[in-house]
Amino acid sequence: MSQSQPLSLHVPEPTGRPGCKTDFSYLDIHAAGTTPRPPVDVRYQDTAELAAGMIRVLDDGDDAVGPWDPQLDRDLLLFGLRTMMKTRIFDARMVIAQRQKKLSFYMTCLGEEAIGTAHALALRDGDMCFPTYRQQSLLMAREYPLLDMLCQLLSNEHDPLKGRQLPVMYSVKAKGFFTISGNLATQIPQAVGWAMASAIKGDTKIASGWIGDGATAESDFHTGLTFAHVYRAPVILNVVNNQWAISTFQAIAGGESVSFAARGVGAGIASLRVDGNDFLAVYAASCWAAERARSNLGPTLIEWVTYRAGPHSTSDDPSRYRPADEWTYFPLGDPIARLRRHLVKKGWWSDADHAALQAELEAEVLAAQREAERHGTLIDGHVPSAASMFEDVYKEMPEHLRRQRQQLGV
Amino acid sequence: MKRDIDKHTAGAETEAETKTTPMTMIQALRSAMDVMLGRDDNVVIYGQDVGYFGGVFRVTDGLQAKYGRQRVFDAPISEGGIVGTAVGMAAYGLRPVVEIQFADYFYPATDQIVSEAARLRYRSAGDFTAPLTIRMPCGGGIYGGQTHSQSPEAFFTHVCGLRTVMPSNPYDAKGLLIAAIENDDPVIFLEPKRLYNGPFDGHHDRPVVSWARHRMGDVPEGHYTVPLDKAAVFREGNDVTVLTYGTMVWVSEAAAAEAGIDAEIIDLRTLWPLDLETVVASVNKTGRCVVVHEATRTSGFGAELAALVQEHCFYHLEAPIERVTGWDTPYPHAQEWAYFPGPDRVGAALKRAMEA
Repeated sequence: MSQSQPLSLHVPEPTGRPGCKTDFSYLDIHAAGTTPRPPVDVRYQDTAELAAGMIRVLDDGDDAVGPWDPQLDRDLLLFGLRTMMKTRIFDARMVIAQRQKKLSFYMTCLGEEAIGTAHALALRDGDMCFPTYRQQSLLMAREYPLLDMLCQLLSNEHDPLKGRQLPVMYSVKAKGFFTISGNLATQIPQAVGWAMASAIKGDTKIASGWIGDGATAESDFHTGLTFAHVYRAPVILNVVNNQWAISTFQAIAGGESVSFAARGVGAGIASLRVDGNDFLAVYAASCWAAERARSNLGPTLIEWVTYRAGPHSTSDDPSRYRPADEWTYFPLGDPIARLRRHLVKKGWWSDADHAALQAELEAEVLAAQREAERHGTLIDGHVPSAASMFEDVYKEMPEHLRRQRQQLGV
Repeated sequence: MKRDIDKHTAGAETEAETKTTPMTMIQALRSAMDVMLGRDDNVVIYGQDVGYFGGVFRVTDGLQAKYGRQRVFDAPISEGGIVGTAVGMAAYGLRPVVEIQFADYFYPATDQIVSEAARLRYRSAGDFTAPLTIRMPCGGGIYGGQTHSQSPEAFFTHVCGLRTVMPSNPYDAKGLLIAAIENDDPVIFLEPKRLYNGPFDGHHDRPVVSWARHRMGDVPEGHYTVPLDKAAVFREGNDVTVLTYGTMVWVSEAAAAEAGIDAEIIDLRTLWPLDLETVVASVNKTGRCVVVHEATRTSGFGAELAALVQEHCFYHLEAPIERVTGWDTPYPHAQEWAYFPGPDRVGAALKRAMEA
């Protein structure tokens, strides 16, 4: 006997909401050092467990353990710590500057600093990143001058992008940083195309495309996986799963009971799921993927599990949709604190060293900000000229734009 | 009643190569890509079915065999992926020439065309550029129904940063396509598929004419360009100016002849950025203007043309500007010739313009 029950629609919900503590058991965290490290020519099918598991190097006792330990030297680790700290200090200053109305808008990457920093260190000069708006640590790691970043943020007369882009939407070809689009996911097929071009030309450079958990629902993401697989493009496809797309929990993007890394395996791409707050794991996984790409073995998809500790942007108040103290309980912790403890345990770092570096970086950021503000801010009127608005639409300015510029009287 | 070929081809920049061969528009387009694949290692060609098979309209036939799979290859059925990867390749430094199998299928690529290719130079202040060419067969007249007949040019002319081109004959097709590939801006290259094998005056019940017996099918074998910012005076006349492009150039010529009206027919060739100077000079001379296109009427490119003529030629106009277009319906299948703005409708508009 069969009896039809009324159907009901499943709408995923996060386990925590304001006033209700989050149960992070949904994250499916694995102990550090327990995930095997296959050779780079692994078959994609054999990465299914890696895509469902979690690569971690730093254990709860702050030691580096297991086959993914990249065994980095002191200098590189300290550069990583410095870059992550600089990114966080810079972000904090820019939020204050936005509140002072010196810039219109800002987006921090609080809690996600390890991902761009360690990934950039695993790439070579000439490799091209196709980032989202939360990878400023890539630029920090590649030592793009703070002054140029600031002039872009302030939309002032020295803004390299001539005031045309929202703050944070940098473009720095010389540092392998593709122009950021506010239209999400578009950069994924572009990264694949850039990598295809490198292969067509017999070059040795690789591409690295970036996307958040939320935007993986866009068709461009899936299209990018298909093209990357079909042409075995030398590209790393990075999914930063920071749990939140503005107010939308990652389960609404399709992350409930299946990892984002698993999408890669389904497309025939070797895929990894990695603790994104573990500097050593990020570096090791990025090197593995880069070596695959450079060896003509094709693309790798990496899901970086992390937590967006700050608001989506300066226009957002996350306490309206998630517990305000949720980050405190995030099981993968704070990437800066974790690397700092590891360095201390190695005997390479002290609290005094840390305090001194913090003060040095705060002074460096402040000095750069003061210098940048001498070139103007959005509110003091020292912005790029209105006439420049008509430039760069085409390589040569067509007649109709000349006429429109004249109509504006500039 | 004379067609001034010399006038039409004026402005073309030919090199030493002057030997011509009869070519259809398909052969002329293929020749353009052949020339550019040979001259520039950065040119790559891909799209659905364009590789081994040579394209559903045969435009890329033989190119993979000649230049190899790294230069000419098949793509997955994903217009967004085709254009998105082309933007990435262009950012690397290549000059991709991609095919959208029918213009009706470009919509999935809209974000990559509008938000990405068209704005890369602007938003990065010249740091990154997108010198790519997107070819797509357009227009009706082959019983293609609503998904193989559209003329979406107005979608593109509305987007700042794009160049939108539509040739009406093999000579222009080759010269414009070479110019498009060499251009550093993204170019939308619309190919009126009804003109692929011969000119078409809209009399669908008459025998098909071949480019082989037409002077505009005489195409130089080597490299030459037709500038992307110059309209052609397809036919000089004194009574009324017809602003048109693509298949409708031929329909307009037939309509004027049948109506006995001495029309000056302007073949825009590049829709945007527009050669406004040629348009204004002609309308100021004739004092009358009829705009003809196959695409739907409302917010079509004809609306922009009519507005520009009104702005620039108002005190020379002796009659209201007429528009002859496809109806504001999807392109129907069985009712194709009721939809298509044929010579009768164009002729009636020419007469109205003369009698006003």
